[in-house]
Amino acid sequence: MKRFLILLLNTLAITGFSQSVHMTRSGQVSFFSKTPMENIEAVNNEVTSLIDTGKGEIVFAILIKSFHFDRALMEEHFNENYLESNKFPKATFQGKISNLSKINFAKDGSYEATVEGDLTIHGVKQHQTATGTLAVANGKIAVTSTFTIKLSDYQVEIPSLVAEKISKTVEIKVNCHYEPKS
Amino acid sequence: MKMLEDESKEVRKKDFTTATFKTTRLINGHSAENVAPGVLDFRISHRFGFLSSGAYELFGLDQASMRMGFDYGLTKRWMIGVGRSTYQKQFDGFTKFKFLRQSNQMPITLSAVGGIMYKSLKFDNPDQINFLTSKIYYSGQILLARKFSESFSLQLMPTIIHYNLVEGVNDPNDVLSVGAGGRMKLSKRVSINAEYYYQLPDYKLPNTTNSVSIGFDIETGGHVFQLYVTNSSGMTERSFIAETTGNFFKGDIRFGFTISRVFTIVKPKL
Repeated sequence: MKRFLILLLNTLAITGFSQSVHMTRSGQVSFFSKTPMENIEAVNNEVTSLIDTGKGEIVFAILIKSFHFDRALMEEHFNENYLESNKFPKATFQGKISNLSKINFAKDGSYEATVEGDLTIHGVKQHQTATGTLAVANGKIAVTSTFTIKLSDYQVEIPSLVAEKISKTVEIKVNCHYEPKS
Repeated sequence: MKMLEDESKEVRKKDFTTATFKTTRLINGHSAENVAPGVLDFRISHRFGFLSSGAYELFGLDQASMRMGFDYGLTKRWMIGVGRSTYQKQFDGFTKFKFLRQSNQMPITLSAVGGIMYKSLKFDNPDQINFLTSKIYYSGQILLARKFSESFSLQLMPTIIHYNLVEGVNDPNDVLSVGAGGRMKLSKRVSINAEYYYQLPDYKLPNTTNSVSIGFDIETGGHVFQLYVTNSSGMTERSFIAETTGNFFKGDIRFGFTISRVFTIVKPKL
């Protein structure tokens, strides 16, 4: 009976919690490196992300291997030499919406959002702030954001031979459509 | 965050092992690596004379032999290629197919390579009745490869070479051999490779030796440079597996190098 009660309480707690959680498994994160020599772009369409509207928390889990490039060899080098995806298979972000009070998740509309938290790439954790748009429509949330990161912050080494082809800062674009989690 | 981890475990996909070797050739022979779909790989290989030939021949550099080849990836598993060697004015073509791909659920990569070679050198005795097929050779290989760790990969390659015509009455038409090779990464962009083909004693041509090669792969952006020493002069299966004559351990060593450059012809859909 005691066990049953605990189970019941747990179930209640989880359901109560999940009403405010929105999720996607097919979020899009892309990055862009621009130099006079070469432009490099890669897209990942398999990003998993959760937003907890109650607490204002937002998390991302990004598989490095799921970034796809125009050129197969670039993709191989990206995994093998730069991001070392066997050692560090995932990039993650764990943060909070800092202007949560200005966003009404119950009302359709487009809101400017600022997110602050820890971005981990290549095994290196850095504090990161990003601004973006958070749109609410029919109870669903869509997030877009663009920000830049410095490769050296994440200890991604660029050999001098290709230094002219790879930008020191990389522009990152996020485009995720969340569904309420049942 | 914990919840997210549980979520991502549910959808854990097959995770294919990549970059078992740096390029599609170990040194002389094929590796289990394929050219990506839509990518053209232009390869130029050079082989020089024996280092033991001395200073007069500039340690073999006076005798250069080369092969140029174009390889193309049709799908993730299937690639084809053609080439032309100066050695016996030989044309060659091959097709390579990956049947198994190493992943978190599969311990090895298994590929099959089929090759055809045509020696376009003129017949020795043009006056007798000659058949075109006498100058055609076939090769078949199974490649069994495994990437053991980030830096270490091994490969086994049982091989059959078929000769339509052999020189001696007692020479076998089918040359059988088992190759073994591996690579060890020295840094992110440099690896050391070794390759050895053992010929079965009853199924080899007379006065031939086993092919031995040791070399480095150096990768720079879109190019891979392969620098090596070997006792083989040919650059196709038939010529380096079945027709090597030098003894590697008695100084019959040649310097050789390959430059591989890839071009993306068809961009993948992102």
